[in-house]
Amino acid sequence: MSTNTLPAPTTAPEQRIATSPDLDFVRRSKPVSVVSDSLILAKRHLMRIPRQPDWLVGVTIMPIMFLLLFRYIFGETVQATLPPGVDAVNYLVMGIIVQGIVFGAMNTGLGLAMDAKEGLMDRFASLPMARSAVVLGRILADMGIAIFTTTITILVGLLVGFRPTTNVGDWIAAIGLMLLMAFVLAWLGAIIGLWLKTVEAVNSIGFTLIFPLTFLSSTFINPDFLPGWLQGFAKNQPFTLLLDATRGLLTGFPEIGNSAWMVTLYLLIALVVLVPIALRMYERRLTQ
Amino acid sequence: MSIRQDGRGEAAVIVEGLEKSFGSTRALDGIDFQVKRGTVLGLLGPNGAGKTTAVRILTTLLKPDAGRVEVAGIDVLAHPDQVRANIGLTGQNAAVDEILTGHENLVMFGQLYRLSLRSAKQRADELLERFDLSVAANRTLKTYSGGMRRRLDLAASLIVSPPVIFLDEPTTGLDPRSRNGMWEVIQDLVDDGTTVLLTTQYLEEADRLADNIVVVDHGRVIAEGTADQLKSQLGGERLAISVSSGTDLSLAERTLLEIAGSTGKVDGEVQIDADANQLTVPFAAGGRGLPDALRRLDAAGLELTDIALRRPTLDDVFLTLTGRTAEQEADASTEHAA
Repeated sequence: MSTNTLPAPTTAPEQRIATSPDLDFVRRSKPVSVVSDSLILAKRHLMRIPRQPDWLVGVTIMPIMFLLLFRYIFGETVQATLPPGVDAVNYLVMGIIVQGIVFGAMNTGLGLAMDAKEGLMDRFASLPMARSAVVLGRILADMGIAIFTTTITILVGLLVGFRPTTNVGDWIAAIGLMLLMAFVLAWLGAIIGLWLKTVEAVNSIGFTLIFPLTFLSSTFINPDFLPGWLQGFAKNQPFTLLLDATRGLLTGFPEIGNSAWMVTLYLLIALVVLVPIALRMYERRLTQ
Repeated sequence: MSIRQDGRGEAAVIVEGLEKSFGSTRALDGIDFQVKRGTVLGLLGPNGAGKTTAVRILTTLLKPDAGRVEVAGIDVLAHPDQVRANIGLTGQNAAVDEILTGHENLVMFGQLYRLSLRSAKQRADELLERFDLSVAANRTLKTYSGGMRRRLDLAASLIVSPPVIFLDEPTTGLDPRSRNGMWEVIQDLVDDGTTVLLTTQYLEEADRLADNIVVVDHGRVIAEGTADQLKSQLGGERLAISVSSGTDLSLAERTLLEIAGSTGKVDGEVQIDADANQLTVPFAAGGRGLPDALRRLDAAGLELTDIALRRPTLDDVFLTLTGRTAEQEADASTEHAA
């Protein structure tokens, strides 16, 4: 082992004094280390997934199950709410994708609550790493999961009759919007996880908050057929706007209108509000 | 009986006037201590005494309300980033990723310590070898025993061979065999010249590992010194007897006081553990007084199941200082600010 030498009293504090002569340290500027540390932690989360069958089921089987259930059990019902010429499968696949993204955001909260419980957060905070990377790395991993879940849903959707546009530009715009939504929701999930603190609470309360929101939207049926007093909310909430925009882009119904711009605006505002709150809550979580 | 103060260069950890409250709970009520470079300081106290709070402040996880802290010559409050590059922390719960393998854990932590991937991998192999975990290197931690997990946790805090290591109750919850294993590992570390600050509720652990001991209770330092110094505060040897159940303990107590009193000044009272039918009294006469003591106990009609002379333990120290044993204290203040 190396001999540890402490500095003479005159040593400048900036100098690192851990002495490991044969070790090779990487120097990075602060912004670069935020990114590199986030990637290290994102890799950690992604490595965990295939080893946790319950999570794997959540991100693969669940969206497929939802898609098949709605396609074959409620397909006729959904079709009845749509104008002639609009196919229920096209409508539903987009809804299931967005629901998968929304549920996926809860993983961010669950993961952070778990890290706190297992003492990993304390260890990370005692390392010379970028602190925000703990939250950001988790979110990057969850974005990766969102892409995976979305891809599976689209592929299974194609098998059961999903017929989207083949226009590349429309696809890029739609995917961009969905990823932005996933990113913003992950920050919200982080806040819920840091706020509720325990894995169990995030699971029950988090989903109780999020679940109705996905139904009080155009996720599964045309909101024109909702009770009148719900329509105002259901037609203008961000999930519906995102669905209107992505459906408009990929399947041509409903009309896209200005929903794409509106949802982008909503999401950017949400991001500006949520990111500082989440990072501050993380700092506070450490000092409790 | 304070720790020798050899000037700044000699102290790897300096704590001065440290205060921290959580709401109305005063976790640290102005504590001072130093850890000399290359030594082990045992921060000893019951649950809720403020040990963990002190460690959290020293490892940059918590900001104090008042006071000055320096680790490895670096002001912790002014330069937390530099402190983090020079310390290792092993907490009460093994803070490692359960789902990753031992090797993956160490590589990840190595990279977060700013090692290149190549260096991180090489270091992971070295540490796994050193901590007897090579065979389990590619197994996920779910398959590890408690002792293996703690060793991996300790290995993770040694990746960059930091000059100062904080071990917060490193053996809490381990079985005796694993505890001995951890003690050996920690002892090796100290032999390499690392400065260690160790918190513990186990008096035996502080006795075995620490060069100096600081006893904390309710956020204050109530005693400090070497284990021997603390024990000598309590005078010399003790006479401990166990009597058969059903014996009149007050008779036994009176007899012991007479015995102890006849051989010199009695400094301290008879400690009675009624559950174990065990009584202990300071006994200045030592081995020479033992035959006489036996005769008197026999004359009093007491039926002994055991009799022993022993040096005071740190349990006795704690009892003398606080009026309670460490265990009673821990029971009384569980859930008190950790």
